[in-house]
Amino acid sequence: MNRQSRFIVSVLAFGYAFLYVPLVLVIVYSFNDSSIATVWGGFSTRWYGELLRNDQILDAALLSLRIALTSATMATILGTMAGLALARFRRFRGRTLFSGMITSPMVMPEVITGLSLLLLFVTLQQLTGWPGQRGFGTITIAHTTFSMAYVAIIVQSRLMAMDESLEEAAMDLGGHPLRVIFDITLPLIAPAMIAGWLLAFTLSLDDLVIASFVSGPGSSTLPMYIFSKVKLGVSPDINALATLIILFITVGVLLSWLVARRRA
Amino acid sequence: MKDFIRLRGVSKKFGDFVAVDNVDLDIERGELFSILGGSGCGKTTLLRMLAGFELPTSGSIEIDGVDVTDQPPYERHVNMMFQSYAVFPHMTVEKNIGYGLRKEKLPQPEIAKRVDEMLELVQLQELRSRKPDQLSGGQRQRVALARALIKQPKVLLLDEPLAALDKKLRERTQFELMNIQDELGITFVVVTHDQEEAMTLSSRIAVMDRGQFRQIGTPKEIYEFPSNRFVAEFIGTINTFSGHVTARDEDSISVAATEAGVTLTALGKQAVEEGQQIEIAIRPEKIFVSKEKPDDGDAVCLPGVVDDLGYLGNRSLYRIRLESGKIVQVSSQNRRRSVTRFLEWEDKVWISWRPRSAVVLLD
Repeated sequence: MNRQSRFIVSVLAFGYAFLYVPLVLVIVYSFNDSSIATVWGGFSTRWYGELLRNDQILDAALLSLRIALTSATMATILGTMAGLALARFRRFRGRTLFSGMITSPMVMPEVITGLSLLLLFVTLQQLTGWPGQRGFGTITIAHTTFSMAYVAIIVQSRLMAMDESLEEAAMDLGGHPLRVIFDITLPLIAPAMIAGWLLAFTLSLDDLVIASFVSGPGSSTLPMYIFSKVKLGVSPDINALATLIILFITVGVLLSWLVARRRA
Repeated sequence: MKDFIRLRGVSKKFGDFVAVDNVDLDIERGELFSILGGSGCGKTTLLRMLAGFELPTSGSIEIDGVDVTDQPPYERHVNMMFQSYAVFPHMTVEKNIGYGLRKEKLPQPEIAKRVDEMLELVQLQELRSRKPDQLSGGQRQRVALARALIKQPKVLLLDEPLAALDKKLRERTQFELMNIQDELGITFVVVTHDQEEAMTLSSRIAVMDRGQFRQIGTPKEIYEFPSNRFVAEFIGTINTFSGHVTARDEDSISVAATEAGVTLTALGKQAVEEGQQIEIAIRPEKIFVSKEKPDDGDAVCLPGVVDDLGYLGNRSLYRIRLESGKIVQVSSQNRRRSVTRFLEWEDKVWISWRPRSAVVLLD
């Protein structure tokens, strides 16, 4: 092996170690028998059992999943509509401003987004009595607002790359504009919509900051629960939970890779 | 015969830019009509107004006696073949071709029957269940054609129909299009920037420049009797001599052309006055080159030397320098096979043409 390739191999090894050693550690420690999370006390699967008996964790996970599913779906519907409007509306003065404004939730610090949404909900409650209590509803709305921007951008760029004469041809052949959207536009942007939905789903599952602002008592999402537990010291059942999440994501990524390969 | 497509005072403005400027046009039923022009001349905008994708800023469009000026594209009995073909990538060949009939809510057996007929017409029977990305450019073009024709439109609009094909395929497709048009008798309106394509395809051509028509006529009229300098130079090559009018009679005009050193006469019925500055134009293939002075009393004969020459296989191009320094382009058929050149650089030659071959251009 010459010097150059040895260098490249060590860089590669270091890079991947940097990425994956922390994850591997979590998985290893999830099988730790000791009740002190950072001291090795032999192999055991008892924390997985513990985890299944912990109603708080299961509730939080279920809530996170419900929020992620609902907000990703809403964000995909609204974001697709926004993307369609941005890509297909005729040119007008200030169009660039509008398409720039859709990206603001992406560049805004999460703390600001969270704070402003909290203020909105509080004001709304004072004026209209809704939302009576913050929780599933408010977190879902909050997640929809910021992940919708991502969907809109993805859909818009896909539409920009699409030949507009496809839609014109469909209209020319007798398709009414609304039918043409369902016949031609939506099937062609479906991959972008799926990508957008997956991104919105991940963003929602991942979010800690915004959810902390707009949630109320008794409604903790999974990231919120984990974060609050870890503040009091790492408990081993969190390692087990993290391992399950890693497993879940790995399977998901592998599946989508297989599907993509079969399509190609 | 009553005009089938009738445009009156049609204009289209995009902001301050005038794409189509107060245009009148009449096209007869069953014609294969071409709109020819350079990029940005407004020809595509005009076609898109016929299809209904653009609304005219002013003026009216009538097709088969019905005013369609404000009709949306999906209500017009006009179909279009797009330059990009716009074949739906997520549908098979069959589904693409049947799309228009499904929108008409025709019964399934009827759709299947007509799709079969169309597949046969464009010879795509074997490829019926393929997706567009498994087709070649020429096959995709035929899907686009079949998809537009299946609606039995009153008018078929074709936007640069052959531009995306390679040269050999283009020539074949050109004749296929003409045959299909002949067979179905549908009025075709073709937009193209390719003069050769327009010449071979069309029954009539409209030459367009900066939003207006510069001449409308049969390919022969446009080529042999261009009515102005733009048309003469846009279609093919042409030599021009400018000078003052010295005499005129019923159908010819004489001009003292300083560049030629003699008085030239050409066919022309335009109203000109003596002393007016005009141009006499002659196509390169109408000029003969010879080493001896031709013995022809009527012909215009001018001495010159060979400035440059090019061999193109079927013909040769010469650039002849006259005594005044004016360069005249001559094209001659290579009728005889010969290894040696008939003329060499700086050879002294005579060029000659018959006065009836030249035309008068006013602007």
